[in-house]
Amino acid sequence: MTEAERRREAVIARIRLGLGTYDSAARRSAVARRIATPEAPLVPERARRPADERRRQLRTFLEGQSATFLEVERAGDVPAAIARFLRSSNLPLRVRVGDDSYLRSLAWQAEPALERLSGPARGDDEVGLSHATAAVAETGTLVMASGPDNPVTLNFLPETHIVVVEEKVLVGGYEGAWERIRARFGRRAMPRTVNFVSGPSRTADIGGQLVMGAHGPRRLCVILVRD
Amino acid sequence: MGGSAGRPRVGLFVTCLVDLFRPSVGFAAVKLLRDAGCDVDVPVGQTCCGQPAYNSGDKATAEDLARQTIAALEGYDYVVAPSGSCAGMLKVHYPVLLADDPAWKARAAAFSAKVHELISFLVDVRGLDKVDARLDARATYHDSCSGLRELGVREQPRQLLRTVKGLELVEMGDAEVCCGFGGTFSVKYPDISNAIVERKAERIAATGAGMLLAGDLGCLMNMAGKLSRQGRKIAVRHVAEVLAGELSDPAICERP
Amino acid sequence: MRSTSPAFKANARAALADAQLQRALSEVAPGLAARRSAARAGLPEFEALRERGRAIKDHTLAHLDLYLEEFERKATEAGSRVHFAPTAEDARQIIAAICREAGARIVTKGKSMISEEVGLNAHLEGAGLEVVETDLGEYLIQIRGETPSHIIAPAIHLTQDQVEADFRRLHKGLRKDRVLIEPTQLVAEARQILRDKFLSADVGITGANFLIAETGSSVIVTNEGNGDLTQSLPRVHIVLASIEKMVPTLEDADTLIRLLARSATGQEISTYTTFSTGPRRAGDPDGPEACHVVILDNGRSELLGTAFREVLRCIRCGACMNHCPVYTAIGGHAYGWVYPGPIGSVLTPALIGVHSAAHLPNASTFCGRCEEVCPMKIPLPGLMRHWREEEFSAGDTPLLYRLGLKAWASIARRPRVYHALVRTLMPVLGALGRRTGAFRHLPLARGWTKHRDLAAPQGRTFQALWADHKAGVPR
Repeated sequence: MTEAERRREAVIARIRLGLGTYDSAARRSAVARRIATPEAPLVPERARRPADERRRQLRTFLEGQSATFLEVERAGDVPAAIARFLRSSNLPLRVRVGDDSYLRSLAWQAEPALERLSGPARGDDEVGLSHATAAVAETGTLVMASGPDNPVTLNFLPETHIVVVEEKVLVGGYEGAWERIRARFGRRAMPRTVNFVSGPSRTADIGGQLVMGAHGPRRLCVILVRD
Repeated sequence: MGGSAGRPRVGLFVTCLVDLFRPSVGFAAVKLLRDAGCDVDVPVGQTCCGQPAYNSGDKATAEDLARQTIAALEGYDYVVAPSGSCAGMLKVHYPVLLADDPAWKARAAAFSAKVHELISFLVDVRGLDKVDARLDARATYHDSCSGLRELGVREQPRQLLRTVKGLELVEMGDAEVCCGFGGTFSVKYPDISNAIVERKAERIAATGAGMLLAGDLGCLMNMAGKLSRQGRKIAVRHVAEVLAGELSDPAICERP
Repeated sequence: MRSTSPAFKANARAALADAQLQRALSEVAPGLAARRSAARAGLPEFEALRERGRAIKDHTLAHLDLYLEEFERKATEAGSRVHFAPTAEDARQIIAAICREAGARIVTKGKSMISEEVGLNAHLEGAGLEVVETDLGEYLIQIRGETPSHIIAPAIHLTQDQVEADFRRLHKGLRKDRVLIEPTQLVAEARQILRDKFLSADVGITGANFLIAETGSSVIVTNEGNGDLTQSLPRVHIVLASIEKMVPTLEDADTLIRLLARSATGQEISTYTTFSTGPRRAGDPDGPEACHVVILDNGRSELLGTAFREVLRCIRCGACMNHCPVYTAIGGHAYGWVYPGPIGSVLTPALIGVHSAAHLPNASTFCGRCEEVCPMKIPLPGLMRHWREEEFSAGDTPLLYRLGLKAWASIARRPRVYHALVRTLMPVLGALGRRTGAFRHLPLARGWTKHRDLAAPQGRTFQALWADHKAGVPR
């Protein structure tokens, strides 16, 4: 037995000893059952509101966390909204973005001055652009799945993070987000990371005072696409 | 069962602190209970509820005292104590203590069902909604932890105090925060206990009240002792004394 | 981490006299309690969720061996290497070996109480590694050579002035004329220093709030985003988690996430909640090349068959200590080990022995607020009482105290003796105190009279007066 195997045996055995139990078919099937059919969670009422409400919730929560919240009617309006935001924040018209097909298909020609760099974030990138896989109304939470289309470092390294969310993936509660993840990646499969992002980075570790931009982005801009 | 002419028989668990230090609280309790239509008896077979032993890890002594207390009081229709912590001990912890004793498990459960803290008994069981008392004072009320969290005593004393003519009730900040007594804690960790009661004293003083009330004599002695040491002129009494109009004795720690 | 819990009383006295600490505690702690209260009021389902959370953890603990195996299977499938660590020493060795094999020089860390528990930093530093805490609070105490004093706000005991002084003392590149008055400026300085470390780290170590068996994922929550930078930038990511962090499914994690931030800081959710599963995939442009999950026991399995099992439901929110009158008076360091407050009072004796940690479960008034606010409904005062019972049975209770208790008990068991004794004693005490109404000093009662007056007894006992009353003698 290798050292690793010995250690593993020790932990599992001690747990069984503590529980006064052993590996049994009945216990295995209880576990398998529960994982296969997750117990219906208690979904709070605020996570079960209609579409209009959900949009309002997303805005209220994100703005309450000092994020910028913009709504555009169509996908075609997104590049202009991004450019407007960057100009009004005195930021360069340059964003780092992944290989996301939805973002690639946007009408970038409408904003020729807006430069797009591709790939994972580098230490000196000022603005990152992501496409959310879902958004959750119950707490104003964006859900990003890592991958070549949306490298995870885009969510954290640049000081400003812009996230484009389509209203059709705005769900009421976290459960809806998992449905979308499972639809994309399969049952019991996950991308390297799923990030729930609910605002810009912050800390209250110094004298209990709230300060924005601790390590992650200082600025978060969310663009909700209605159509 | 049942006392004279349908009046319920209440066995008063007077509590060791009231018995030893402040009997006027016991008499106030008796008056309130009689006025609420009960016959009251105070059997001599009671001494201490056993909480000091229980909270010190001495289960054997706690169990002995539990059996003794149950035996002394289980024959009544109700068992009432002018203390949230003692009532909590009898009602909540006795059944747990004696759960493994087959001879006593059922007796403890039956006993527990009869136990009530005094003020909640008057309001929740006897349906009392006012008292016939008067006191011209501004008072604040401290929620003793066991009464509050184990027995849900919060609104009832306030409800009755609001019917005392001339009494202005003001709420202190953090009324529900511990006063730092904790029974043996107050003498085992006196410096920490002191820090906690100092904070409480500040809250009390900040209300501008001239009187402090609560339902537990341990808490009251702790807070009164601190206020007195600080030279603050705030009268400290058990809430039963005010509700019964039993105010002839000096307040706790008051110079007569 | 070495324990100073036996010196609790001295620690507490020092803490009470520490004006800096007292100011810090009074500025931060009350706000956390108020915010939790508001968050709870804002979610009508909060109490029902607590009950659900308890059920989820109880079920998981009852099947912990099998959920761990399932987690291992799925995590391995996703490309992680799962290591089991029966003891703290095992965890240290495993992690040091991973760092060695990776040729690591710089290690960044997200916040991990487990890493404190096993003394990881010192061990890695002893092996020649530079270890950098990236959670701002942890960084602040790391540079002071201190330990955390709160499980979610580790630097809660520091004031702004102390932080500025530390930066000026220790940040070599910091110019003297740089203004560091506002917290924003201090945070900006820390951000700058730590960004370099994030980018140059070879290994990133994070803790885990949850491990999810369904997918083999680990979950971290932060407001800063430091955990994410720690785990995404370096070549190697190590997750260090204890066995009881396990939950069965993503839906179960949802329930606990709904409880966690609200209980901890009153936020609806932490800014960043991240679910990580394995190293980078084929096609991932970023992320670690290797991911290791180290699962620590260190005495927890022994609790499973005991009354203390319930403490394993803890999700490390810190609500108990935010609401504890003792913790908010003395702060976290006085407890002498990794976990302070009520959770520390129950967990510490379990992990380092009740003999070393005896003061912790004793220094409680049993006010019950901790149990009231615990999102996982852990009966903390009851568990502290269990420790007191174990101590008493082991004969560990201090002798003088034991004797006093025995004397009281033997009298209380004999009502006739009791009543005869107090009937004689109390009037004497009452007479002594009648003039002033209270005692400023009283032999044998120094613990009380040191800080408080002791009310004089009214004189005759209630039972004596009651006997007269029944006999028709007027009062």
